[in-house]
Amino acid sequence: MNYRPLFFVLFILAFSACKTKNHLHKIEGKQINVSDSIAADQRIEAFIKPYRERVEKDLDSVLAYSVATLSKSDGEYNTAIGNMMADAVYEEVNPVFQKRTGKSIDFVLLNHGGIRAIISKGEITTRTAFEVMPFENSIFVAELKGDQIKELIDYLVIEKRAHPISQLKIVLNADGSLKETSSKEKPLNYTKSYFVATNDYLLSGGDRMNFFKVNDSVYDLNYKVRNVLLDYFKKTDTLRPRIDDRFIKIK
Amino acid sequence: MKRRDFIHQTSAASALIGLGGFGLSSFSSATKKITILHTNDVHSHIDPFGPEDGRNPNQGGVARRASLIESIRAENPNTLLMDAGDIFQGTPYFNYYGGELEFKLMSMLKYDVATIGNHDFDNGIDGLYAQLPHAKFDFVSSNYDFSNTIMDSHVKPYRIIEKDGIKVGVFGLGIELYGLVDENMYKETKYLDPIETTQEMTRILKQQEHCDLVICLSHLGYKYSRLPEKISDLSLAEKTKDIDLIIGGHTHTFLKKPTIIKNAEGKNTLVNQVGCYGINLGKIDFYFDANKNKSAEGTSIIV
Repeated sequence: MNYRPLFFVLFILAFSACKTKNHLHKIEGKQINVSDSIAADQRIEAFIKPYRERVEKDLDSVLAYSVATLSKSDGEYNTAIGNMMADAVYEEVNPVFQKRTGKSIDFVLLNHGGIRAIISKGEITTRTAFEVMPFENSIFVAELKGDQIKELIDYLVIEKRAHPISQLKIVLNADGSLKETSSKEKPLNYTKSYFVATNDYLLSGGDRMNFFKVNDSVYDLNYKVRNVLLDYFKKTDTLRPRIDDRFIKIK
Repeated sequence: MKRRDFIHQTSAASALIGLGGFGLSSFSSATKKITILHTNDVHSHIDPFGPEDGRNPNQGGVARRASLIESIRAENPNTLLMDAGDIFQGTPYFNYYGGELEFKLMSMLKYDVATIGNHDFDNGIDGLYAQLPHAKFDFVSSNYDFSNTIMDSHVKPYRIIEKDGIKVGVFGLGIELYGLVDENMYKETKYLDPIETTQEMTRILKQQEHCDLVICLSHLGYKYSRLPEKISDLSLAEKTKDIDLIIGGHTHTFLKKPTIIKNAEGKNTLVNQVGCYGINLGKIDFYFDANKNKSAEGTSIIV
């Protein structure tokens, strides 16, 4: 502090009449990680608290009941949780699609990786829907031509993964080759177009489902996958989805 | 006496002398420092990720960000805080409160200015408009023409903020909404060409208003390797001039450090983005020297 008067004197002496322009002479850039080593601001924390409590309470509101724990790893070619999700998409979205376009969804294809959590046996809450589907993906219906439908089936046959499907049936021979396919009880016809409901992730080629990339027409249903689940849970008192024969390999 | 105190007091002294200019060549005393803090794509992440989170355990959180910002402001009061869009959507807070809490908290953290991301239209342009009373900061967007929408006059093309005699011009750029956001959501918002808009903005901010710093808050995205012709922060930086810093968003790009790009005039432009979800805070310090003798020298960039 002793130096202070001296600097004032220096500054006054140094004062000159010439016009000064601000010259940018140095830039330093970095990023700081917001980690748990930084203490939370208590005023902010207190402000958030009532909002958080209301959300938490609502997320814990019970919508339905599951008779079993459902996991996407239980099942080889189809799973109970995947079947439930794809069926929920068909059931909830098809009426919206029909109303808007006068057409019907032929079948549903989602991705196995899109099931983000298990559903535990017991009460199903709003939180369950947020856990199973934390992302904001929404449902689209794409009109796929016959050759794309063939690509889609080839993809599923090669993948041998329980990608959730609804209103579609695939039977594999014991050697893994394709035996038969059908949609709504009718064999797939590769000269025909089909309306396939999926999510925006797959529509843009996610999981290498490239057959979705080129399509005649795409309908944005403006219906989030999570909301499909929430609406489905609200309607359903007790959830008892099963592994069935929609995608199987003959032994 | 601590060095920090020394700098504080001398800069106070220079302010007292009154911007007239002085010929002290050997002192760093005339240095002014403007700190720009920034976030992008926070996506309603108000609470930190929990310890069990698979990707970002114990990361982020608005209350922690508040402490961090407070400590930086205590060190340098000449600090500005900005956000590059996609404030909305990503946690139940948005689904329940429609963005009210996000805007209220950003106001409490004293954000100065933000731009608009595509997800900020997720409750429609009416949903965004409805939350504006909770935002005590300004929105800038120079390439969204809102004149036929409810947002008309609520978003400025640019803002000029003066700190410690340094004029900082901030303008905003948004991504093309067609094909990305449902038209029913953005309604008659018109998307204008980002490069043409930038040329106009930099002309106003640099030539007309003589800003010392020009910052672009962009939600265009960092770069698109598979779509090289698609406008991005990197291509914008290359094709324009007179921008000092582009604060980006949209692509959720985690950069180890800001990128330095040669602009259309061969001068350096900084491009930065700090990932998403409030996991990081960007901090760019600009040091100005009022010393005339040094003005011929270039600008050193330490990243």
